Amino acid sequence: MKRISPAALIGLAVLIALPFVVRYGFAASEKYYLHLLIQILIWSFIYTGWSLMGRFGLTSLGHGAFTGIGAYVTVLLWNYAGVTPWLGIPVAVVVAIIVALLVGYPCFRLRIVGHYFALLTLALTEFVRLCIVGLRDYTGGSLGTQPARYGDGVSLYALQFEPDRVLSYYIALALWLVGLYVWWRVDRGMDRYALDAASQDEDAAASVGIDVTREKLKITAISAAMCAVGGAFYAQYQMYIGPETIAGLGVSLNIVFAVIAGGMWVMLGPTVGAVFTQVLSEVLRVTIQSSAGLEKLLGTAVLALDTLIYGLLLVLFIIYMPKGILGTLLERRKKKAAVPTASPAQVFPRQT
Amino acid sequence: MDCQLDIFFLEAVLNGLLLAGLLALLALGLNLIFGVIDVVWICYAELVMVGMYGIYYAQKGGVPFLAAALLGIVLIAIAGMILHYLVIRPVLDSAPINQLLVTGGVLFVLQAAATMAFGIDFKNIGIRLGSVNVLDMSFSYARIVTFGVAISAMLLLWIFLQRTYIGIAIRAIAQDRQIMPLMGVDQRKVYLVTSAIGGGLAGLAASLMVLQFDIYPQIGLQFGPLIFMICVLGGLGNMIGGFIAAFIISEFIAVGGSCFATEWGYAIAFLFFMVVIFIRPQGLLGGKS
Repeated sequence: MKRISPAALIGLAVLIALPFVVRYGFAASEKYYLHLLIQILIWSFIYTGWSLMGRFGLTSLGHGAFTGIGAYVTVLLWNYAGVTPWLGIPVAVVVAIIVALLVGYPCFRLRIVGHYFALLTLALTEFVRLCIVGLRDYTGGSLGTQPARYGDGVSLYALQFEPDRVLSYYIALALWLVGLYVWWRVDRGMDRYALDAASQDEDAAASVGIDVTREKLKITAISAAMCAVGGAFYAQYQMYIGPETIAGLGVSLNIVFAVIAGGMWVMLGPTVGAVFTQVLSEVLRVTIQSSAGLEKLLGTAVLALDTLIYGLLLVLFIIYMPKGILGTLLERRKKKAAVPTASPAQVFPRQT
Repeated sequence: MDCQLDIFFLEAVLNGLLLAGLLALLALGLNLIFGVIDVVWICYAELVMVGMYGIYYAQKGGVPFLAAALLGIVLIAIAGMILHYLVIRPVLDSAPINQLLVTGGVLFVLQAAATMAFGIDFKNIGIRLGSVNVLDMSFSYARIVTFGVAISAMLLLWIFLQRTYIGIAIRAIAQDRQIMPLMGVDQRKVYLVTSAIGGGLAGLAASLMVLQFDIYPQIGLQFGPLIFMICVLGGLGNMIGGFIAAFIISEFIAVGGSCFATEWGYAIAFLFFMVVIFIRPQGLLGGKS
């Protein structure tokens, strides 16, 4: 059943060869380019995790909570109990899944959807962020904290690999591939049809024997687990975690925006979103810093320019391009190729 | 860490009451807009932030405070209309969640624009109203004034909605948006007026908040989640429910904050909110689920 297209194989080969291309092509700033690539891969994994729920109309603003749980549980277990991340990450994932189910079960039983679901999960994000700040004796409060370095910083036991960027890249690449595999399994599975049906009309879905609550809980657990793993790897790579950088409303909104920008219904949509957002902010930063005139004109304001452009694009995307960059491109190609297909003009099917 | 029933506890309770006035005012604008247009402005607190900057700079430019406050109200009322016209109108027919996310984009824009234009440092309007001491308790006049103005504004809005033609039209649209256009009410006009009133309320809240809080671009993130929580707890669109919820939440924040640390007051409030929503998903006074 599993069939990998030649294009995918070529793409994979390019990705595997990429560190060497960077080494010989951009030797001067090898570390910088690898860092950018690793960031893109880790965030792509997190975005893919969110899109598993998002594509079925479950717009969660709570995934900043799960990335935060993943990062903080792993790091705190390592720093205070000496538990290796090999155990710490599974524990973090279990905690994230428990939180997801505790919030998800009542939501899905009581059919909390749309605005209410988004605002309730927003409250979850805030709750987790406040807990992180409140436990400042352990978490460092709003200043954040660092995982304790083990040896020279590259260790299998401590799952620390930051100084070796090439190794980090391959780990991030493997993580990203796992994310795509999960997406592919969900997309091909029966659950997808059940959830598609439920997102269109819950009553109709239930009437044909779909256990809507169970299906939604399943996808929520997978999605939360992926975000927790992503948060943990982010912490292991960055070697720094802060309540604003890996938890909180800002992270939640960034996740949602990147996925909408890239495309929510296609496998590589979240990845395109990650490439787009990361490259946009880096290009802006570099162009402005390299031009003395612009820097003088804008000063420290530069730091906010990428957010300003994100925000504007988010508005424009939702109004004019709800299927995202990749979704729109693929659709256009398909249209050119042959049959005109009916296209839902909205990011989500309207629920009543 | 002391949580005895002493005078400080009473002080916390009363300060919570004063905070509730402001939060109720903030929630009212959002509820009005949701009730009528069926849209959640996620960027509502950011409009307040823009208003605060507007008042700050107007006052710094020599405008007397009351005139600056009035200017702030008008400014944000216009901003509300622009927001509705440019951003909300194109997505009125798409899924509710799109409308929420589109204003999320506006949130980013306003916050980043404020950071670029005004910098990230804390600004204070520099008006000190002093405080009053009762027994061993101390209450700042700024809070008392805020409470009084907020409550009066809510009463005025109530009278407006009950007594004027456009007010009645607004309430009618909120009840049945299909029928009202057939009765000769111009829906677009009502939406625009509602957006202006909602913005004006945000501007009023801004003019009260500059008396109590420092102004910085991220202040919206501090208040935004609280306001949404209050609106949902009271039942989205239910103005009386929002009013009651504001008092409940601010007591949790004030008392929890004085017994433990400030963050725990907020954390307990959010936890309480989630538990209540699981028991009554439509909110305390919400009718439809």
